[in-house]
Amino acid sequence: MISQFFILSSKGDPLIYKDFRGDSGGRDVAELFYRKLMGLPGDESPVVMVTTGGGGWRHHDDRHFIHIRHSGLYLVATTSENISPFSLLELLSRLATLLGDYCGSLGEGTISRNVALVYELLDEVLDYGYVQTTSTEMLRNFIQTEPVVSKPFSLFDLSSVGLFGAETQQSKVAPSSAASRPVLSSRTDQSQKNEVFLDVVERLSVLIASNGSLLKVDVQGEIRLKSFLPSGSEIRIGLTEEFCVGKSELRGYGPGIRVDEVSFHSSVHLDEFESHRILRLQPAQGELTVMRYQLSDDLPSPLPFRLFPSVQWDRGSGRFQVYLKLRCDLPPKSQALNVRLHLPLPRGVVSLSQELSSPEQKAELGEGALRWDLPRVQGGSQLSGLFQMDVPGPPSHGPSTSAPPLGLGPASLSFELPRHTCSGLQVRFLRLTFRPCGNANPHKWVRHLSHSDAYVIRI
Amino acid sequence: MPYLGSEDLVKELKKALCNPHIQADRLRYRNVIQRVIRMSKLDQWGQAEVLNFLLRYQPRSEEELFDILNLLDSFLKSSSPSVVMGATKLFLILAKKFPHVQTDVLVRVKGPLLAACSSESRELCFAALCHVRQILHSLPGHFSSHYKKFFCSYSEPHYIKLQKVEVLCELVNDENVQQVLEELRGYCTDVSADFSQAAIFAIGGIARTYTDQCVQILTELLGLRQEHITTVVVQTFRDLVWLCPQCTEAVCQALPGCEENIQDSEGKQALIWLLGVHGERIPNAPYVLEDFVENVKSETFPAVKMELLTALLRLFLSRPAECQDMLGRLLYYCIEEEKDMAVRDRGLFYYRLLLVGIDEVKRILCSPKSDPSLGLLEDPAERPVNSWASDFNTLVPVYGRARWATISKCQGAKHHGPELPNTASFATSGTLIPEENKETIQELPDSGALMLVPNLQLTAEYFEKTWLSLKVAHQQVLPWQGAVHADTLQMALQVVNIQTIAMSRAGARPWKAYLSAQDDTGCLFLTELLLEPENSEIQITVKQNEARMETLNSFISVLETVIGTIGNIKS
Repeated sequence: MISQFFILSSKGDPLIYKDFRGDSGGRDVAELFYRKLMGLPGDESPVVMVTTGGGGWRHHDDRHFIHIRHSGLYLVATTSENISPFSLLELLSRLATLLGDYCGSLGEGTISRNVALVYELLDEVLDYGYVQTTSTEMLRNFIQTEPVVSKPFSLFDLSSVGLFGAETQQSKVAPSSAASRPVLSSRTDQSQKNEVFLDVVERLSVLIASNGSLLKVDVQGEIRLKSFLPSGSEIRIGLTEEFCVGKSELRGYGPGIRVDEVSFHSSVHLDEFESHRILRLQPAQGELTVMRYQLSDDLPSPLPFRLFPSVQWDRGSGRFQVYLKLRCDLPPKSQALNVRLHLPLPRGVVSLSQELSSPEQKAELGEGALRWDLPRVQGGSQLSGLFQMDVPGPPSHGPSTSAPPLGLGPASLSFELPRHTCSGLQVRFLRLTFRPCGNANPHKWVRHLSHSDAYVIRI
Repeated sequence: MPYLGSEDLVKELKKALCNPHIQADRLRYRNVIQRVIRMSKLDQWGQAEVLNFLLRYQPRSEEELFDILNLLDSFLKSSSPSVVMGATKLFLILAKKFPHVQTDVLVRVKGPLLAACSSESRELCFAALCHVRQILHSLPGHFSSHYKKFFCSYSEPHYIKLQKVEVLCELVNDENVQQVLEELRGYCTDVSADFSQAAIFAIGGIARTYTDQCVQILTELLGLRQEHITTVVVQTFRDLVWLCPQCTEAVCQALPGCEENIQDSEGKQALIWLLGVHGERIPNAPYVLEDFVENVKSETFPAVKMELLTALLRLFLSRPAECQDMLGRLLYYCIEEEKDMAVRDRGLFYYRLLLVGIDEVKRILCSPKSDPSLGLLEDPAERPVNSWASDFNTLVPVYGRARWATISKCQGAKHHGPELPNTASFATSGTLIPEENKETIQELPDSGALMLVPNLQLTAEYFEKTWLSLKVAHQQVLPWQGAVHADTLQMALQVVNIQTIAMSRAGARPWKAYLSAQDDTGCLFLTELLLEPENSEIQITVKQNEARMETLNSFISVLETVIGTIGNIKS
């Protein structure tokens, strides 16, 4: 049960404010929350906060603020009860997804353009602070307001229009903004495409010891579905047949794709899962996490990156040299994008000179760390960078020249691997069993993506 | 009542769960519960809500209990964390007499909790980490094999890192200690000073069990010669030497040289303490202290000067030849030139003590140098699961027990009005199940925040004038029995530095008293007590010349305690 719900922009301006129970002070709560959040001492967590006695004495005015941050916005709920934090946090993130579904995407601009829609949604989702329903399907019947979508003019749109009607390359790829449109816009615009987006997204966290041995591998995977199909259509998702769950099970003869734990969305029918690894579901419009899985410790494919550092350190002159060799162990056809290496340096490093293996790379110093940006790394390639730094200050005693200085490392990498899953899980097929009346075949988009959560290499 | 599916069901549920007569009718009640449980159409919010309702039910027999647990089993496998946690709480509370069932449940919830800990949503991750810590208090080895899941990553926010470090500190065991320490050691050189200090304190915590390895790591950290690291390491050493005397030798060898890198008060105090208590094992201790004595004039923190006096006197007892001269100088400075009264008094005290004779000094100053038993006190034995089962899946673990206690105390102070605590919100408050093991968190009000000035002199005229000019800041009614013994009350108020300005004669009706008090910041509290014997209540009216809620709260809680105590003596 929540008393109030509000959305603040990243600067603290209230965008949406809704009081469900009228049992606590007015709109200044939002301001109070933001002030409290900004003035929080470093060792306290901002997730839950309490105010005691903000308003008059008459109310026992204890309010717990619980908030999540989502795409730069603060979604805050207040309650005066000792409520389950898990439910509340889940509710807030569900609200964020819902708002995203209805307004196209979640952001300061979309929220302030669609204020009426947001209030209408909140009215339906929550009644007197209790959850009514959060299912997109049920809410569809009640929501009348049309979302306002702004379409920024872009040259890319023009370029996809072929000369003399010729089909160009671009039209075979979904524009990146295709998935961020509201689910409801089809009400008036019948010509809207029926589309379904399926993403297999994996987050990889890895810890590699200084001698190169692997200390920790952890993959968190999700299959996310965003559907614009009319409800009632059934979707069948076929996963890799060698997919197996748990340590003991073994399927097929090749190297199995093994995960430790799997959980499915409650609307998924699993009757064909055991035999053919097929998930069957009738999704409501909007976004949905079909399946979550985790995998730790043994990975079927080699790790995407290996780092071979060598450090030379001359204490006498304060000269300090780091040679980094980065090897990408992806298959030659794949590539990694937006690779960034972050290496904390000893205090007091001032100047940097660099020798990089290709011109598109960039390296700079900032916040006591070295940042090395590699926009694109091809599988199987090897890149290197030589960095020389000066550490001014009194030359300290001790003749060690080879031992790495304290305060250096560990290096962390962040990257994206399009069309690659670390666990090896693939979507074999995506079939729709519905007959659209008079409409062309629905478009199906399947993406595989891995990105780094924490990829740490000790030096 | 939230939306739970069909209308009929809502009605039935409401009836069954709220009506004590139906609750007494076991069969009907059970029927409802089974129907509720079998409802597969509920969405996750409904499920979480139902699990919350079921907390109010107490099974009549063991058979029924296990029946319910079996029916509810599928909720533990739900993909929504809130349902899983709700089910876990229900299981823990229902099975409170069966510890092995509880342990079993906690093993099964391990997977979902760990998944939530590495969830993409930072906030969910934080809540899960808090619950992991809660479980670790009872089952220290529960997550030990999953220690790698709690390694921090570079991009995580500060509050999650701190929680993870705490968790790592608690799940350490013989097998993983090497890896955990290696990881924590990496955090010590983090860019954020707060985080690196938290990591060092964590290593200090682990050092109570794995002393040698930790002291070695901490000693290496001193080699970094960074101020913010050195000061925390020295503080950790101080606590460690007190709790684990076996590491004294290693600490004493590590200390020389680190005085150059300490600038803050806490660190200096720790270093000086170590030099004073264990000075006979550190060759250059007198010379380090001498530097401090030389610079005592420019020292800004009185606490450091106090520590220096005591440490030097202690060292003088073990190494008199090297210390006599500077002890004399320090005492001279403290007595003649020092402006801080506390330091001056301490100096005078030691001077007089030395005049009495060296044996007397030894008798007073040579207290034990370590107390391993204190470690056990600080680190209470494993708490039974039942002590926190009712707090599971609430805000209590998220705030932390200590903070929750202060929050609910503030609430308690305010809610103490004539009306009973609000029990209407049945969904989360009142359980019908008696909780034998529930700890009552009722502490004496913390008077540390409020310092009332003793011997406040206020004339009756001034009081009257101020009283009339101020508005009522707080009014409340407390229970009272019998007549007032004016003397007892006055004495009791005097103890807490509340002065009585005027009182009615004994037996007068209505009986009144006017009280005044002032805190150290000059904030004045004027109070009227009004007693009407037939009501058997005492009404308190407080006025304050500066509107500050915190001090008002603590003043009222002090007053409440006194009146409560006196009232109890009478009855």
